[in-house]
Amino acid sequence: MKENLKVVGHDAVRLDIVEKVLGAAEYTDDIAFGPNLLHMAILGSPYAHAEILSIDTSEAKKLPGVKAVITGEDYPEKFGLYLKDKSIFPVDRVRQVGEQVAGVVATSYEIARNATKLIKVEYKELPVILDPYDSIAEGAILIHPDLGNYVIEPWLEAQPGTNIGHLRRIRKGDIDKGFAEAETIVEGEYHIPHVAHTCIETHISVSKFSLDGRLTMWNSTQSPHTQRNIMAVALGMNHKDVRVIAPPIGGGFGGKAGISMEVMAAAGAKSCPGHPVKLRWTREEEFYNSSQRTGLRNKVKIGFKKNGKIIAFKHEMFWDVGASAEYGSNVVNATGFSATGPYYIPNVYIDSKACYTNNPTCSAYRGFGYSEFSFGIESTMDKAAKIMGIDAVELRRINAIKEGEGVAYDVPMNPNGLIECIDKVAEEIGWGIEEKSDDPNKIIAKGFASVWKAPAMPANESSSAFIKFSEDGSINVMVSGMELGQGLLTVMGKIAAEVLGLTLDKVRVELPDTDRNPYEWQTVASHVTWSCGNAVKRAAIDARDKILDIVQRAHFIDKSQLYLEDNGVKCTTQDSFYIPFSDFVITGIQTEHNTWVGGPILGSGMFMPEYTNAMVDPKTGLGGHPMVHYTVGAGAVKVEIDKETGRMKVLKMAEAFDLGKAINPDLSKDQINGGFVQGLGTAMWEQCIFDEKGKMLNDGFTDYKIPTIVDVPRDMNPILVEVPQPDGPYGARGHSEHTMIPVMPAIANAVANGLSVRIVDVPVTAEKIAMRMNDPKYKEEM
Amino acid sequence: MNHILKFNLNGEAVEVAVKSNEKLLDVLRDKLGAVSAKFGCGVAECGACTVLIDDLSVRSCITFAVEVEGKSVVTLEGLQADGPTKIQKAFIKHNAFQCGFCAPGFIMSATELISKNPSPNEEEMRHALAGNLCRCTGYQNIVDAMNEVAEDNKGGVK
Repeated sequence: MKENLKVVGHDAVRLDIVEKVLGAAEYTDDIAFGPNLLHMAILGSPYAHAEILSIDTSEAKKLPGVKAVITGEDYPEKFGLYLKDKSIFPVDRVRQVGEQVAGVVATSYEIARNATKLIKVEYKELPVILDPYDSIAEGAILIHPDLGNYVIEPWLEAQPGTNIGHLRRIRKGDIDKGFAEAETIVEGEYHIPHVAHTCIETHISVSKFSLDGRLTMWNSTQSPHTQRNIMAVALGMNHKDVRVIAPPIGGGFGGKAGISMEVMAAAGAKSCPGHPVKLRWTREEEFYNSSQRTGLRNKVKIGFKKNGKIIAFKHEMFWDVGASAEYGSNVVNATGFSATGPYYIPNVYIDSKACYTNNPTCSAYRGFGYSEFSFGIESTMDKAAKIMGIDAVELRRINAIKEGEGVAYDVPMNPNGLIECIDKVAEEIGWGIEEKSDDPNKIIAKGFASVWKAPAMPANESSSAFIKFSEDGSINVMVSGMELGQGLLTVMGKIAAEVLGLTLDKVRVELPDTDRNPYEWQTVASHVTWSCGNAVKRAAIDARDKILDIVQRAHFIDKSQLYLEDNGVKCTTQDSFYIPFSDFVITGIQTEHNTWVGGPILGSGMFMPEYTNAMVDPKTGLGGHPMVHYTVGAGAVKVEIDKETGRMKVLKMAEAFDLGKAINPDLSKDQINGGFVQGLGTAMWEQCIFDEKGKMLNDGFTDYKIPTIVDVPRDMNPILVEVPQPDGPYGARGHSEHTMIPVMPAIANAVANGLSVRIVDVPVTAEKIAMRMNDPKYKEEM
Repeated sequence: MNHILKFNLNGEAVEVAVKSNEKLLDVLRDKLGAVSAKFGCGVAECGACTVLIDDLSVRSCITFAVEVEGKSVVTLEGLQADGPTKIQKAFIKHNAFQCGFCAPGFIMSATELISKNPSPNEEEMRHALAGNLCRCTGYQNIVDAMNEVAEDNKGGVK
């Protein structure tokens, strides 16, 4: 039976749009901390790889206004999310340009900054590794000689004595037999550079140790509870005495997941009890010292039967995780399990290697590695389609994974609408219909890609929620899922409103504060609609049960005849029966004897998947259940390319994702539009460019170009497909990150379709198109 | 050296001691509590710090505070003295922002555009807003909201 939903599934104005448009949203840097506020500045390493011989801070300490100077001598510990390989401040060695060597706390940022210039550091330069192939080459200098001694999650496989921070293997079926049975084998080798999140709000933390020893942090973060845990453990404090408050955040995209610069702000604050200490990255620091997206060199080899079915699939991925794999190791892990794309394949061989380099550290970035590996797979699929004479969209339909078929680690695939996504995108983009430009110098071409992604999470990730009613029947929902702009507050509010029969104007969802809001693992992996949504739904059901119980006891009506609607309680057997929540959710209900039944209504709920298991056989990647489910989708572009200059304009886009159930259809479409444009940046313009010594040459928006309002297609077509997720709230699963995954391969495939030139290294710039158009090395036959 | 700077901020006369090298953005945020203008890059590349100086949109992060002596500065706080403007209402209706950090800058740039050209066509509007970066939205809802404002102004409807 179809549920008759009143709030869920309908469009709504975002719960946070008014405060943002009126300038009322108080981001971390907007909060007034008073005259006691101190400022922190960081001294970054000028070298990508060097031994630290000595650090002399004496002159810096003498500068008037300086309160504290901190170095690795004060904090020799390593930290990190999954692999503790990162220094708060390094003691012996720097591993990337910009790595924080010392911090200064002072009465003004200007003084702190000036003081960093007085710190004298003696370095001895070491050989620099900037490419993953050089990282794994024989005789390469070890970036982390102590890798074997680091604390590491049990499901990661570091390779001490090498530059490999983690290795994930998949060995499913018999790869040699598979390729032997293949009638067509197609290969490709690809390269994805580092790119940057470029949240418009740079990282910021304000940390304060109160005089009685409590630590409070106001952080621009996706991970308040994870940060609290890391800080409490590192400082040997009780969790209850560490408080992380997450004010509105000016963009995350994975860059503010886990913990990074916040530990330095806390270190600064520890030296100055009673003072809030602010550390805010400059734009340059944001490029170097937050994190970047993993670079990738990968080799894809696919074996097909004559009918187009994939029989064998080999994928070797050499990830450039940069100087630390503390978080990037999980990108490598997640993609190791999933780098087949959304296809059923009986014989699979995957090697996913986290290669340390002296580039900036990489961690989570919207898509969590799937954008990077999908470029190679989807490019190879198009190449194969041409070789076999099968339509590129049809080839994807033929191989689309269906419910119950085994994924790469041989666990049955969840229900999904991949074929529907493929068909709807093909129809919208006019697949198969040839179009001509009015300009004879230009051609019009189309490119297609289909993709998937699973949330990458520890097996026991969890979410929880509280709901409390107030006198007027309105509620505050407390979760620690973070509003990143994706619409979490609205989604959670709608789920609570749906269960409790409330109108949305009665619902307020609170941003995380670890003192007040219950536990959430992190707002990453596009998992909060599903996980936190389940917790909120259970909290709302808990509150509903309490309400029904009170009404049953006060009015002697069986609970089974009561339901919640229109901000109150109604009865299925008495049309006139209606008690508004405002009559009793705090005060209770007065009986005929003038006694009272009930009291303040509270609900609580939690969710943790109980079927996941990360402990696979390291030799095969099999034997576990590392992912909860996959969200699938497809995307296509129509481009116009100048045949002389290679200049390309995207005229139209279409993307469809199966999000199970759209809690907010309009906001879900906004995620597709936004993710597409972020993907467009990485497909056409964005790349962190380094010189031979690892210094970034484009650490500002002038040289690191992200899409502006003039660069985007005028014809955007987001499409929602809804095949319910069995364990999702109202059937929902996440889809926000996924929306940028199809873009890089769709663009490259369009160029190949239009000009017979195969670009194997993004970004697909006009220069590359123009230079390679007539180069036989890049030729791809129609 | 400190200088007593006098200017009009959001309709009110203000006096504030500033150093000659202080930027307007920092003075607005740290000394005058007008925090709607945001720090995004510090070098006029992202547009998050946009304010109006004598009705022209300016990047306050590269403007020396002393440059506004005797001038009129309007931030988002001052724009809506009589309630949300037509542009703000359209942005709300269209869910124009996600994280919202770029919103104040966009609204100031849009305000300047509409004051000069009440009914811009879509390409004029896109060019006027090209200096404001948004990483979340893909700009589609901003375009939709602005098109609605332009259309509404064309009809002469208030």
